[in-house]
Amino acid sequence: MKELAQHAAPGTMVLRGLSERVASIGWGRLVLWAVALSGAAAMVYRLGWGLGASTNLSDDWPWGWWIAVDVMGGVALAAGAFVVAAWVHVFGRHRYEVLAKPAVLTGFLGYLMVVVGLLMDIGRPYRIWHPIVMWQPHSVMFEVAWCVMCYTTVLALEFSPVAFEGLGWRRAARRVRRAIVPLVILGVMFSTLHQSSLGSLLLIAPYRMNPLWYSPLLPVFYFASAVAAGLATVQLEASAAGRFYGHRVGSALMEGLSRGLVWVLVLNAALRVADWVVRGTGPWMGPVTLESALAAAEVGLGMLVPAALLAVRSLRRRSAVRLWAAWMVVAGVLMNRIDSSLVAMRQSASSAYWPSVLEFVVTAGIIAGGMLAYDCVARHWPLFEAAAEPTPERAAAEHHRKTVEAPAS
Amino acid sequence: MPHAGAPISRRALLAQGAGIVVFTLAGGAASQARASAAPPDAADDAFGMLVDLTECIGCRSCVYACQEVNGWRGDPERPEPDGEQWTAVREVAVPGHPDEVRYVRTQCFHCLDPACASACPVAALRKTPDGPVAYEADRCIGCRYCMVACPFHIPRYQWDRALPLVAKCAFCARRLAAGEIPACAEACPTGATLFGKRSELVAQARRRIREHPDRYVDRIYGAVEAGGTSWLYLSDVPFEKLGFPAVGASAPGEFTRPVMAKVPAVALGVAGLMAAVRWLEGGREAGEAGRPPAGKEREP
Repeated sequence: MKELAQHAAPGTMVLRGLSERVASIGWGRLVLWAVALSGAAAMVYRLGWGLGASTNLSDDWPWGWWIAVDVMGGVALAAGAFVVAAWVHVFGRHRYEVLAKPAVLTGFLGYLMVVVGLLMDIGRPYRIWHPIVMWQPHSVMFEVAWCVMCYTTVLALEFSPVAFEGLGWRRAARRVRRAIVPLVILGVMFSTLHQSSLGSLLLIAPYRMNPLWYSPLLPVFYFASAVAAGLATVQLEASAAGRFYGHRVGSALMEGLSRGLVWVLVLNAALRVADWVVRGTGPWMGPVTLESALAAAEVGLGMLVPAALLAVRSLRRRSAVRLWAAWMVVAGVLMNRIDSSLVAMRQSASSAYWPSVLEFVVTAGIIAGGMLAYDCVARHWPLFEAAAEPTPERAAAEHHRKTVEAPAS
Repeated sequence: MPHAGAPISRRALLAQGAGIVVFTLAGGAASQARASAAPPDAADDAFGMLVDLTECIGCRSCVYACQEVNGWRGDPERPEPDGEQWTAVREVAVPGHPDEVRYVRTQCFHCLDPACASACPVAALRKTPDGPVAYEADRCIGCRYCMVACPFHIPRYQWDRALPLVAKCAFCARRLAAGEIPACAEACPTGATLFGKRSELVAQARRRIREHPDRYVDRIYGAVEAGGTSWLYLSDVPFEKLGFPAVGASAPGEFTRPVMAKVPAVALGVAGLMAAVRWLEGGREAGEAGRPPAGKEREP
């Protein structure tokens, strides 16, 4: 290459240098950077000119796209971290440990993205620390604020061994790993509270919300559907990691996850339908409206169809089917967050709401930023490698395999 | 009999579990201590306001007085309150009688158990014993959960500002503290807006309905709505037809407080359950490995 370059004109050299550079970064990353930087520019505009200038929010629609998708949706999709971590470290399913580190990273980055979304949405971002010292423990929002702070800290700690190992700080990584079980238990506790409290937030609006979504069980729905969303996100993420980083996870694990997902989805659908029946509402009552169609789609396309697909063994074995089902689950849960926090309020609003372009650009920027951060960790730190220092229970399993299963060798 | 690479010992696990339990209990106790400070009851000697829509002539003296006292600028003809104007008069045609109109004054209802106060994460909104629902701007982070919570759609936001605040009627709390009456009540030329003790205003409203059953609909809006409000309304046209929101008798906070009260128990339950599962699983793994349970490893 260098010899060739010597004979080329300077202009061609620059061009060739540029195209080599692009090739080394990769088109995908270039697009992500472009989207992330546009998002950052939009955020600067939002901070400088205010919510009224940058969003379509109004007194009729105090909450919009950012709360529904960036916060409510983002938290649900980050649930994979606590589900997989608990499955591995509490329930002792060590086979799934290869999935745990990427899932915890996704959860951690997911929560950081939620915090950025929140900073954009609250009117006075520099006061975000107020709930730490100014208490109102009746407020669900107060619980949400504390859970975000505590769980983000726990996720940072759960993830820190990968960072420490990447930095070569072996002893620090070992120390944190020794405390992994109590950390994971704390994580499950905060996640349970936080996932459900996002549903509890809406409990205060009984006179404003459509009865298709307003239910005293909202906290339970939000928790149960977040488990489904988390499992589906782990599926999608594992497939992406196999494709982009060559980290292929055995299909037996993926099938195991899918089998678990079937039960979670069936439970979710049963809860929703039973709640409708008991409260005497449901999308089947009355004429077809936007609300009834969306509620039916949440349960039908987001829960029952993927559950049916994954329940059939021969279909479950096909990775394409698993991915389709996972996408349907993720879409269904995102839809539920948009429906329950926005569409359900439509009946009591005197005007309509559709997000502004800037609201979409900020969301896209946050997602792209999260993906770039994941990519950076995946390339520089041992995200997919087995831990250099295994966790104690993992070591026991290894020991067991060596001494009991294959004592001859 | 120590083993290399043994699973976490049960003793260590118990200690860690105990740590989590103590941590949760402490947090739970702290929140319970606060939670026992129940919202102020419908204090009968607190102030209230009675708006008799049959006596309002739509002169907007109340709006001008409010603007003067609070230093806001804006068009007093606006039909709805907004970030610059805390009270507004809306002209509503009476259904079935196109020639007749009613003037509906809208502002904060100053609930006895306000949804906004129960929603606000930093206690920027709170019910004062005098009657007003006060807003402490210095605490507000701008999450707008109060706006979602309010069944009357009252808190407004200063959307045109880079650093906005929530805006709503303050019930002239400062004037009340100084022994004066709210500016709007003082300015009202017809007595459509009456200031007084809430209990007396309720009695007064009941008397008016009893003495003029042909004139009023038999309902005091605000007597029970959302757990009762400090501002009460009388009307000769059904309230729904004038755009008053249909609000049930329970304060919205009654739907979230029981859930919040369960938080410590849920936290403890989940942590305890997880610790128990881990303990059992640890025993199973150790058992599978053909060794005694890990907890016994350090016994002589």
